[in-house]
Amino acid sequence: MSKTKRDNLITYGIVILAFIIFQVLSATGNLSSHMKGLLVPMTYYAVIAVALNLCVGILGELSIGHCGFMCIGAFTSAFFSKVTEEVLPTAPRFIIAFIIGIAFAALFGFLIGIPVLRLKGDYLAIVTLAFGEIIKNVINAFYVGVDSHGLHFSMKNAMELNMEEDGQVIINGAMGITGTPHDSNFAIGIAVLLISLFVVLNLINSRDGRAIMAVRDNYIAAEASGINVTRYKMMAFTISAAIAGAAGVLFSHNITTLTASSQYFGYNASIMILVYVVLGGIGNIRGSVIAACILYLLPELLRGLNTYRMLIYSIVLIVMMIVNWSPKVIEWRKRTFGNLLKKSGKEMA
Amino acid sequence: MALLEVNNLSISFGGLRAVGDFNLKIEKGELYGLIGPNGAGKTTVFNLLTGVYKPDEGIIKLDGQDITRKNTIEINHAGIARTFQNIRLFKQLSVIDNVKVGLSERIKYSLFESIFHVGSYKAKEKEMEEEALRLLKVFDLDGEKDILASNLPYGKQRKLEIARAMATDPKLLLLDEPAAGMNPNETKELMETIALVRREFDMTILLIEHDMKLVSGICEKLTVLNFGRVLCQGETKEVLADPEVIKAYIGD
Amino acid sequence: MSFLTYLINGLSLGSIYAIIALGYTMVYGIAKMLNFAHGDFIMVGCYIIFSVSAALSGNPIIGILIAIVLCTLLGITTEFVAYRPLRGAASPLAVLITAIGVSYLLENVALLIFGADIKSFTSVVKWEGITLFDGQLKIQGVTIVTIVVSIVILIVLQLFINKTKQGQAMLAASEDKGAAALMGINVNRTIMLTFAIGSALAAIAGALLCSAYPSLSPYTGAMPGIKAFVAAVLGGIGSIPGAMIGGLVLGIVEILSKTYISSQLSDAIVFGILVIVLLVKPTGILGKKIQEKV
Repeated sequence: MSKTKRDNLITYGIVILAFIIFQVLSATGNLSSHMKGLLVPMTYYAVIAVALNLCVGILGELSIGHCGFMCIGAFTSAFFSKVTEEVLPTAPRFIIAFIIGIAFAALFGFLIGIPVLRLKGDYLAIVTLAFGEIIKNVINAFYVGVDSHGLHFSMKNAMELNMEEDGQVIINGAMGITGTPHDSNFAIGIAVLLISLFVVLNLINSRDGRAIMAVRDNYIAAEASGINVTRYKMMAFTISAAIAGAAGVLFSHNITTLTASSQYFGYNASIMILVYVVLGGIGNIRGSVIAACILYLLPELLRGLNTYRMLIYSIVLIVMMIVNWSPKVIEWRKRTFGNLLKKSGKEMA
Repeated sequence: MALLEVNNLSISFGGLRAVGDFNLKIEKGELYGLIGPNGAGKTTVFNLLTGVYKPDEGIIKLDGQDITRKNTIEINHAGIARTFQNIRLFKQLSVIDNVKVGLSERIKYSLFESIFHVGSYKAKEKEMEEEALRLLKVFDLDGEKDILASNLPYGKQRKLEIARAMATDPKLLLLDEPAAGMNPNETKELMETIALVRREFDMTILLIEHDMKLVSGICEKLTVLNFGRVLCQGETKEVLADPEVIKAYIGD
Repeated sequence: MSFLTYLINGLSLGSIYAIIALGYTMVYGIAKMLNFAHGDFIMVGCYIIFSVSAALSGNPIIGILIAIVLCTLLGITTEFVAYRPLRGAASPLAVLITAIGVSYLLENVALLIFGADIKSFTSVVKWEGITLFDGQLKIQGVTIVTIVVSIVILIVLQLFINKTKQGQAMLAASEDKGAAALMGINVNRTIMLTFAIGSALAAIAGALLCSAYPSLSPYTGAMPGIKAFVAAVLGGIGSIPGAMIGGLVLGIVEILSKTYISSQLSDAIVFGILVIVLLVKPTGILGKKIQEKV
């Protein structure tokens, strides 16, 4: 077995192991109901972290608007589930909801990618932020209702929908969608995470994945090697958006009232995912999953410390970045621990 | 018919004529040198040939096919591969993956097969692996196939860049100052590598150098550029004996 | 006439964005980093003025001066402790994430000290303003002061950069740090000076922002900070006149779209303008074109 294959199996194994551990804890009554409530969010944050790492680590383009794609996936799928709640049985409905959420997120990823990927570096980053905010703001001003005549849209308010008596408001502007069926659960979350990992890890070990990384490392050389830079940038960005959309589907089917709030879909939320990706290791997909789970649970588990938890979190974040990335600290570490290694080596000899 | 035929190529940047009335004819199998003092426009010619810049005037024909104004990707597909003055490798990829990227426009399978590793994925990947290893062996890089490209020593990075270019199966190979930054030993080894490429692949090569010794040692024909214009063109010996060339290099 | 009022309000908000954007653009120009914590310095400045006013209940000028001094010190400290160690790190994301950490830190310290409830900020401008056209056009004092202050800052900064040695050093260091160091410029000190100026400007912007929009919370600075960054990018990052233009465009667009289109969509329109401008001109209105040499 090749090394990459073994690495990938370890990654899947870790996820499955974590699933089993949490299931056992839950079955034996060792998991508080608060903790149980954190399991599904943990999986969708891991999924979107994988998606973002594909964009930031593998494609090498900084996006700080990825929660916008999650938002698209959440709203389109929740809309579908709500409309068809009484018509379709749960399983096929949820599967179609996933397809719809992923497809729309991919479509938006593609459309936004066309202008965004022409830009470079920090300019690209700020425009992804801008698009993320635009998506959030537009959905907050978006009203959709359904009656016997079909769908009604408005950008003003629910009254403007001009519906019949039997009409039902589905997306109610800033109040969002209420009463989406609770179809998500931990097992489905884990399954979606495994599929996302499968897609991304397979992609990396393929002709297309290598081309994407070639574009990241040196787009001029990639072009000279006949690689269509735009095509591969679009490919990675669209797949990344699609996976973020899947996270959104999990999200919206795990919450009673879905609103396009800054807390979940604003740039701050996108930045939080970026923190997972950077701390887990840029380009390290397994690291993203682990970092997302630990960093998501950490502040939640520190709730006992309440007011101090975010303070501690921010200090830990700064210290970790400096310890891990500062050239001087790295040099010092090499010197100190390098010597230790040498010494122990001599003693062994 | 010549493999590469360039007629009256010109380009200006902000009123300054970087290359003017440039003509070049390279026959199949030739090792051709493009020389000239610093700033003479050599790399600009390369950038014109590979579509990085679009010429103001002129025609470039490769194997009879007009490739003027095509973009870099199309020109690579048409059959021109190149290396860069300042080495441009895919630094975070392994040595063998660098070559595989070069192969990826030749050995193809769909995105669906990429994501799900189904269909022709296995067979095509195996073919790619074998082909990449074969190339690496030629350049004596197979021992380092799994290390990151950025961890290779300088001389081997040059070799890998040439190997990657060869992986795209070009008709014409452009080498931009391959000996830049090399010590005499490395330069000697490089000359052997270039000779090897000609022998193994029966390759036509156009190379830029301003190291006259290197050029006179291996090139059969030369074109001398000075201030963006052709100063002299022909057999190496004749060109190097030309008083105009000597003047341009050594000065009055 | 009401249009004129909105336009002037937009100009005033734009001036505040411009002042913040000046700090942003200078820091970005020289340190090449997105300082996500920049907006939070505004908030820190506001809380300092708020506390000093509460303690002294007197002239707000003292509060502003103290805020400027403390924000400057805070800026220098942050740069020294959190950002400098990461200069030259393998990934530019390292310092970006650290800046996010600093932003979280500042917000949560404020949360601990002042609580999450919104404080009502007393305007530092006591002047009522002027009335024109027989009372048809009222311009508030704070609006006029804001616009004047931003113009003064722009002129002073331009003079500082073009006429003083330190200013020239800043330009040189933002062009090429290595070359600047070889020319005997102390790059570390120059960057520190830039952070000091940026932070001082944030304190001034904070005083003006909270005087015009008098509600103060630990998150007050975040969105204006982001908008100011958008303004800086819009104008062409690294360019001082660009930051000014970007800020004004943003402020005017925001107020006018809030008034005439939709208050909910105004942010979307503001961000939309950025997207459109960058599509037409990928480095912003006054940005320099950069092309990689092959």
